Amino acid sequence: MSIEILMPALSPTMEEGNLAKWLVKEGDSVTSGDIIAEIETDKATMEVEAVDEGIIGKILVAEGSKGVKVNAPIAVLIEEGESVGDIDKVKPEPVSAPLPEPVEGREQANSAPTFTPANDPDLPDDVEMVEITVRQALNEAMAEEMRSDGDIFIMGEEVAQYQGAYKITQGLLDEFGEKRVIDTPITEHGFAGIGVGAAFAGLKPIVEFMTFNFAMQAIDHIINSAAKQLYMSGGQVNAPIVFRGANGPASRVGAQHSQDFSSWYAQVPGLIVIAPYSAADAKGLLKAAIRSPNPVVFLENELLYGVEFEVPKLDNFVLPIGKARIVRQGADVTIVSYSMGMKYASDATEKLVAAGVDVELIDLRTLRPLDMETVLTSVKKTGRCVIVEEGWPTCSIASEVSAQIMEQAFDYLDAPVMRISGKDVPMPYAANLEKLALPNADEVVAAVNAVTYRS
Amino acid sequence: MVRKAATKKASKKSNAPQLTKEDDLYAYKEMLLIRRFEEKAGQMYGMGLIGGFCHLYIGQEAVVTGIHMASKEGDQSITSYRDHGHMLVVGIDPKGVMAELTGGKDGLSKGKGGSMHMFSKEKHFYGGNGIVGAQVSLGTGLAFANKYRGDDNVSLVYFGDGAVNQGQVYESFNMAKLWDLPVVYIIENNRYAMGTSLERGSAQTDLYKRGESFGIQGEQVDGMDIRFVREAAARAIEHARSGKGPYILEMMTYRYRGHSMSDPAKYRSRDEVSTMRAERDPIEQVKARILESKFASEDELKLIEKEVRAVVVEAADFATNSEQPDASELYTDITINDVQE
Repeated sequence: MSIEILMPALSPTMEEGNLAKWLVKEGDSVTSGDIIAEIETDKATMEVEAVDEGIIGKILVAEGSKGVKVNAPIAVLIEEGESVGDIDKVKPEPVSAPLPEPVEGREQANSAPTFTPANDPDLPDDVEMVEITVRQALNEAMAEEMRSDGDIFIMGEEVAQYQGAYKITQGLLDEFGEKRVIDTPITEHGFAGIGVGAAFAGLKPIVEFMTFNFAMQAIDHIINSAAKQLYMSGGQVNAPIVFRGANGPASRVGAQHSQDFSSWYAQVPGLIVIAPYSAADAKGLLKAAIRSPNPVVFLENELLYGVEFEVPKLDNFVLPIGKARIVRQGADVTIVSYSMGMKYASDATEKLVAAGVDVELIDLRTLRPLDMETVLTSVKKTGRCVIVEEGWPTCSIASEVSAQIMEQAFDYLDAPVMRISGKDVPMPYAANLEKLALPNADEVVAAVNAVTYRS
Repeated sequence: MVRKAATKKASKKSNAPQLTKEDDLYAYKEMLLIRRFEEKAGQMYGMGLIGGFCHLYIGQEAVVTGIHMASKEGDQSITSYRDHGHMLVVGIDPKGVMAELTGGKDGLSKGKGGSMHMFSKEKHFYGGNGIVGAQVSLGTGLAFANKYRGDDNVSLVYFGDGAVNQGQVYESFNMAKLWDLPVVYIIENNRYAMGTSLERGSAQTDLYKRGESFGIQGEQVDGMDIRFVREAAARAIEHARSGKGPYILEMMTYRYRGHSMSDPAKYRSRDEVSTMRAERDPIEQVKARILESKFASEDELKLIEKEVRAVVVEAADFATNSEQPDASELYTDITINDVQE
């Protein structure tokens, strides 16, 4: 049976090409792999290999022809025993299926799924509240989860014998042993990849980056390997892993060690991104992160590690991912923040309330998925919003929240949404410049005054 | 030990390990399936049925087939984007692979992964990785999981002579030896990292030595002769399985086609390619041996060829008729929403 040889597509974008040269003539025998022609595309001259064996029965497009469309028959291959005369009698085997039709209004993707998080669990009336540091909260979260699930292990630099560069893993080696609390060499790219691979195989790694500045070495595995895996595998392989460590500006450590990566990770589909402020949120959300079947980027803040907050004394205190916390209810203006930004926002709220402004203060806690429902409900009530964060202003979390408010609550706004962010500069070392580069409570107060037209 | 290329008359070489009739016939059929599958994929790419990047394995079939023959159920494998052969050899349905290439809903990743991104938990195949070298750290992580669980599985990590210059390869070597993880690193040295020949990209071209400074044993193997591949693989896998840690196999192999479909491969001579094909082809070597040993007749081999073609044609038809994924699939499989309480 004769087979048509078609003008091949030789690159993802090729639509037509020139048939530069035939290397076979009619009557030649070819086997699979033989070069039969040369084709010029806009990028290169390519050789065309025969993909079947047979005899070149007829050449349909002469050499030197220009603009030959992809999939146009260029020659006919016949089998041994057939003659050229058979070609017309034999109906060529249909080798080309119709190309998929372009998607034009034919089908519509359903809209992105909205994420409806659960509410915070109700605390028992008689619950005891204890003051602990964020450090202790994180440590307890890991220890409690590791006690109940042997598949959880922690790896990172200085997490075991040194007891953690910031002492977050203090005592874990003693309790869980070196099999589950693993000191790695200084090799972020490598151990992040090893962690993701172990997660593919079903373990539940906690990968500690001493700080997220060093996770830049490993960001390929966080995004390309972990975040995209479930989607690329059609739902077959997930990566239940937590990447955690200190994020954001520390103190006087200069540009390479002071950066907030929140918006970088929050942009990536497939990741969960959590950035808690209080010890209770740090504990409840880290436990949720470890239990999550998804890859979670858990952004802590070095300057908050030693700060004490009230935490309910419960055996199983887990908070919902994707739910903002309304820290203070108010009617005049909404202040939205997360992580260390909450410090400036809280201080500003105190001053503003004292001055008679009824502030509603929201801690986002989770940055992906963003709990816009809580934010929008608040803004529809107050009509004004100021967003506070330490990260750079361009393409920031505040930019995103602001854009969504504009899209979904435009008619409710009585003033433009304002952003108070870190300044658009690498972090300077000098104490005075560093202070200037960071947001502060006075800037937040000024912004609130502006949107409430009090200034 | 450096082994020179075997020729078609390899069966007469006294130092060559022998395969049984069953093994030779198995190898012939598996390699032929990969070859014909890839040829069909190339053809379908030419017809516009397969889009984007498509990296064919033609010429390298003996590597993955020989390694697989020395492995056992439960051993994981992971590789780069030149991954079709690695899936076929572990028994993943060719229909699912081809349908993924055409972006059909019946593809292994529901059409959402493509040529470079396919996985099978059932067959312990972890991709299909588009980032050069990433699979080395990920595969080391699979080995970490094996050791953590205390099972006796070995992680088989394939990468090319291009990936060997990525930093994370050495980060992984270091930790694999530090923790004696059960992993075999298989360097498929096909001599060209896309268009850059080994000599132009590597200061040290004996890639099996790349683990020396970590104390990882390595050997160079004739990757065109499945007998040597299988023998070396058995040695390496046993080493890893017995708790002695990682092992490196540098497989001297060759890809006949360009790096991807759009690579005209002008960086090497036509002679080089045709000499390889004529003198060292892994399938022709097995075929010659089978005939010489009278394991099968020409006619019997033709029957195998016919069977293989039928499988490939069936896969191609299946893929061609597999509908595009439903638009509703756009927003599925991004994250798993049910947080376990």
